[in-house]
Amino acid sequence: MSVEFDQKIHSTLEDANLQLAIFTSTGRLKQGRIDNVAAEALPDYQELRSQANALKKHAIENLDYYLEQFERNVQARGGKVVYCKDGTEVTDFILSLAKERRAHLIVKSKSMTTEEIDLNERLEHHGLESVETDLGEYILQLAHERPYHIVAPALHKTRYDVADIFTRTLHVPSETVPEKQTAIARSVLREKFLAADIGISGANFLVADSGAVVLVENEGNARLTTSAPRIHIAIAGIEKVIPRAQDLATFLKLLARSATGQLLSVYTSFLAGPRREGEIDGPEEFYVVLLDNGRTKLLPDKSKRQSLYCIRCGACLNTCPVYRRIGGHSFPWVYSGPIGAIITPQFMGVSHEPGLPFASSLCGACGEVCPVKIDIPKILLELRSDVKKSETREKQNRLEKLAFQGFAWLMTHPRLFEMAGRLAALVAPGEDGRWLRTVPPLMNVAPLRAWLSQRDLPPPPSRSFREEWRRR
Amino acid sequence: MSRDNILHRVRTALGRSAGQDVADPPPVRLRVPHGELEARIASVRTRVEALAGKTHRVSSPAEACAVVAAAIQGKTAVTSNAPFLAECGITELPGVRSGITDREELRELCATVDTGITSADYVLADTGTLVMLSSPREARMVSLLPPAHIAVVPADRVLTGLDELFTILPNPAEQSSSMVLITGPSRTADIEQILVRGVHGPGQITVVLVG
Repeated sequence: MSVEFDQKIHSTLEDANLQLAIFTSTGRLKQGRIDNVAAEALPDYQELRSQANALKKHAIENLDYYLEQFERNVQARGGKVVYCKDGTEVTDFILSLAKERRAHLIVKSKSMTTEEIDLNERLEHHGLESVETDLGEYILQLAHERPYHIVAPALHKTRYDVADIFTRTLHVPSETVPEKQTAIARSVLREKFLAADIGISGANFLVADSGAVVLVENEGNARLTTSAPRIHIAIAGIEKVIPRAQDLATFLKLLARSATGQLLSVYTSFLAGPRREGEIDGPEEFYVVLLDNGRTKLLPDKSKRQSLYCIRCGACLNTCPVYRRIGGHSFPWVYSGPIGAIITPQFMGVSHEPGLPFASSLCGACGEVCPVKIDIPKILLELRSDVKKSETREKQNRLEKLAFQGFAWLMTHPRLFEMAGRLAALVAPGEDGRWLRTVPPLMNVAPLRAWLSQRDLPPPPSRSFREEWRRR
Repeated sequence: MSRDNILHRVRTALGRSAGQDVADPPPVRLRVPHGELEARIASVRTRVEALAGKTHRVSSPAEACAVVAAAIQGKTAVTSNAPFLAECGITELPGVRSGITDREELRELCATVDTGITSADYVLADTGTLVMLSSPREARMVSLLPPAHIAVVPADRVLTGLDELFTILPNPAEQSSSMVLITGPSRTADIEQILVRGVHGPGQITVVLVG
């Protein structure tokens, strides 16, 4: 674990206000999901999950086919598809288009994919104004911070923080009522929407048989971004493609329920090309940027490629006992929580933050709530193995390796294993059946102490399982 | 060029070759339940009202016009060019602008009036959702820029839900460049998870079902 990761975790744990904010917000989102996927609310929930998983699996296994089909259909509707390998190529494309069309102001709706490539910073560096329009993202752009949560980006900000940020950057009188703060943002951003030359959105789904971009949101900013300016550019990871429009009936039922506990988000936009003959409004130009940015690196491994099924609902964050304590900014990249812990090492390399796949209790809650059934705990284990393999021989902890080899040997020798169990109870006696939270004196030697300092042990039972079994 | 590079990388990783066909995708899963019209209408009303929207059920176009007239009394409004609104006489109401075909004029109006009045192509019963396909009759801004949105829809356009919608419209892109599903008023909970309505889209929504 890097020093930075460790420090961020500790500073989050020590901040009582932040702990309360994370715990209540994720708790509310979590409960919303539970209520709306319950058997009485959605009887075919498990069937829908299986269908969503099968669809994603099929689409990813035939990704080239569906990307080309998507591309042909976008072109047939008068739009254009641009493939980009990284953030530099995306920026170059937008800059050259902006220059040709004499565009200066860009409005943006929420997109985790553009966070990956720091798009706003890159565009601003080249003299374009790029404004986030989702309320949470707008607050964070003003504060120069990255999203704390995939779905609720400003989860860690209180209304007083927002008041400070607005006063400082927008020079408005201090206002601490969320309703009025929202009205301030609405009026500032309304001007931007009506003046913008280009609207940049992400994409929740790309529909291959329609050439359509699907956007799901609650505020209306994505609708404005994609219909007020003359040019709409959607930026999407290549894994977002699904085969058919009809498959949306499956995905849409799962997405909002898993994310916020809504039956459907307020606005679901299904956008296929620029405006057509006779339409009064809508964009004149329609572009879809298909971004790789490391995604193709995930494809060769048949197990780990399922990380690309993710529909970014955030349910795994809300249910994760680790995320709910260490928060979003402790994570080393834009994606946080369990999904971040499996995506980040695969996109950035396992050495980017070797501690990340280990920052999990492997309780399995993330896999259970995942609407597309990504086996996150299994991938975490595979990544732990990758981290160990990537460490040079000198860096590998020989003692740890030896200990686990010894443990494996012991496990295959039942008699000795049983004896060792009795011995352990003597070495670490429990106190009145309570958990051992301190290092027992007999185990207080350097390497064991370090290992035990982060782990609590259950009290040793009076009789082992094997003894109980024999007594039956 | 990145296009060919990326597609090549994808194919190599998946062990596929250019132009290779695919096995059939998993069968489409659409289950259209049976729902009597009155039950569907009742469901729309429950769902929309649960999201703090308003609903009305009227039996004739003239009644629909009266409901709208009462709702916009003393306020300004703009209508879409949906023929059903003219049929109801809503386009003739005082304070209502209609028949706009110019982009700039429509934008300016929508940004200043109190209410946008539209029809809808369908309504989904189980979620209380308006389905709107953009066309020369239905511009996007009317249901988006004004602070209040009123949708006046013939009651027989109420479908059971998403599965029925995608059965009727297997590929919405063939019909329109834009289909939007609207479920309740615009909302956010980005500040301390406190619900605020009317962020960028309309904060008030009224559904009038006719017939």
